[in-house]
Amino acid sequence: MGTIVFFVLLAVLALWIIGAYNRLIALKNHVVNGWKQIDVQLKRRHDLIPNLVNTVKGAMNFERETLEAVISARNKAVSASGVKETAVAEGQLSQALGRFFALSEAYPELKSNQNVMQLQEELTSTENKIGFARQAYNDVSTQYNTAQMQFPTNLVAGLAKAVPAELWEIEDAAERAVPKVELGFGKPGA
Amino acid sequence: MTGPNLWDQQASNRRKSAWLVAGFVLFFAWVGFGGDLAFYLATRDLPAGEYHHFIPWIGLIVVGVAGGMVWYAWNNGAERVLWAAGARELVAPRSLEEKQLDNVVEEMAISARLPKPRIWIIPDDDPNAFATGITSDHAHLAVTEGLLQALDREELQGVVAHEFAHIRNLDVRLMTLLAAIVGAVALIGEGLGRYFRFGGRIGRGSRGGGGKGGNPLALVVLVLWVITLILAPFITRLLAMSVSRKREYLADATGAELTRNPGALASALEKLHAHATPTRAITRGAAHLCIVDPIGRAFNEAEGKVADLFGSHPPIRQRITRLQGMAYLFAKQAGQPTPGSDGQG
Repeated sequence: MGTIVFFVLLAVLALWIIGAYNRLIALKNHVVNGWKQIDVQLKRRHDLIPNLVNTVKGAMNFERETLEAVISARNKAVSASGVKETAVAEGQLSQALGRFFALSEAYPELKSNQNVMQLQEELTSTENKIGFARQAYNDVSTQYNTAQMQFPTNLVAGLAKAVPAELWEIEDAAERAVPKVELGFGKPGA
Repeated sequence: MTGPNLWDQQASNRRKSAWLVAGFVLFFAWVGFGGDLAFYLATRDLPAGEYHHFIPWIGLIVVGVAGGMVWYAWNNGAERVLWAAGARELVAPRSLEEKQLDNVVEEMAISARLPKPRIWIIPDDDPNAFATGITSDHAHLAVTEGLLQALDREELQGVVAHEFAHIRNLDVRLMTLLAAIVGAVALIGEGLGRYFRFGGRIGRGSRGGGGKGGNPLALVVLVLWVITLILAPFITRLLAMSVSRKREYLADATGAELTRNPGALASALEKLHAHATPTRAITRGAAHLCIVDPIGRAFNEAEGKVADLFGSHPPIRQRITRLQGMAYLFAKQAGQPTPGSDGQG
């Protein structure tokens, strides 16, 4: 009788360990996937910027400094690794782009250029997607981190090789307010 | 945030969809077998040579047709609504505006954590939009050409987010079934109305032939049956409207959470309101799906019991006011200085 109870308890324990382990692995994969979603958008942004710079180079000869700032911020962002470093570099790239678009307001021929408009639309959209993907990533990372710290799941955390995921923090308020890119696309009253 | 949360809302919509289908089947059982009962009672006491209504074939046919229609609506309801609006699917964006729409939908799909729905464009100058579909994984989002013309990027994002809220809350399932049922009831009501003229002859014939003053019970059942037939299209339409009205506020709020920009949806609604012309491409049956009422009924601007019954949407003014309130709170949370400047200038 006693042995039966013992084995039943052992089986329950084993089932629980398997369940907790699998849950942690699933969450870990969600985190990895969440990061991939951001990465896709970051890469897209990095690819778009040289196009943009080449398109406007002629018209914005006077703003060489601004253009160079965008390029160097972009290159820094490309070589950044790890969540924290990427977050900082991408934040600076956003700011450089914001300044660039603010300046481009002064060039009516840019505002009516179909190519520039298309690139700007793509960059705006990419920026938005990064923002929303970041939110998703932070949410699922928080879930993962909580799960591996909570008792009793934390007992299995070592087994699942779970380490806390780094959140994408936004450092200062200026970055937090994503620069508003506004050309209005020729619509009245925008 | 006031009101029920997302999971409550989804569960409630699943439940209501099931009730709706059940109610629809019961209604048609009554329309069918009630008619049989009336004819059975009317012909029961007739002499042996006359027609006796024994086999309930009205009921069998009507229930069969109704079952088929629910099945059809479940499988093709969304496509049918889109087809009726003359929508074309946006596969490869051709203009900057279409590209922008495509991008905005993708952004909101990321924000709502849903697969990207299929995008449709309705050739109509009046700005309007709706979402449809039975599951949130296979949803459709339709906007009119006028909407793309009238709104700027952020406003478009607000409208798309509102539609995503409907998709995520599973409002679309309930609404699409309702749209199909409103159509089905109108069709069957029409069909039986024709049949009834033929049935009326039987009733008169029996009274003339029997000569014993007819059967009072048969008359009562018959009258009830006819009243149901006449009222059914109105009742289903009222149901559709009251169901959708309550959902609009919630979708506005959820949409604002998705974009974190309630002011943009408020100013979009302002513009939609200013274009008060009816959206001709969207028929009465699908009116309750849209972000603003395509028919432009005066009920929607009024408040109170009558408006609650007849309007498919809450008053736009009130929706804008609520959104502006949210915009104020958002700005306060973000620590921005002046929220008063971000509405419509």
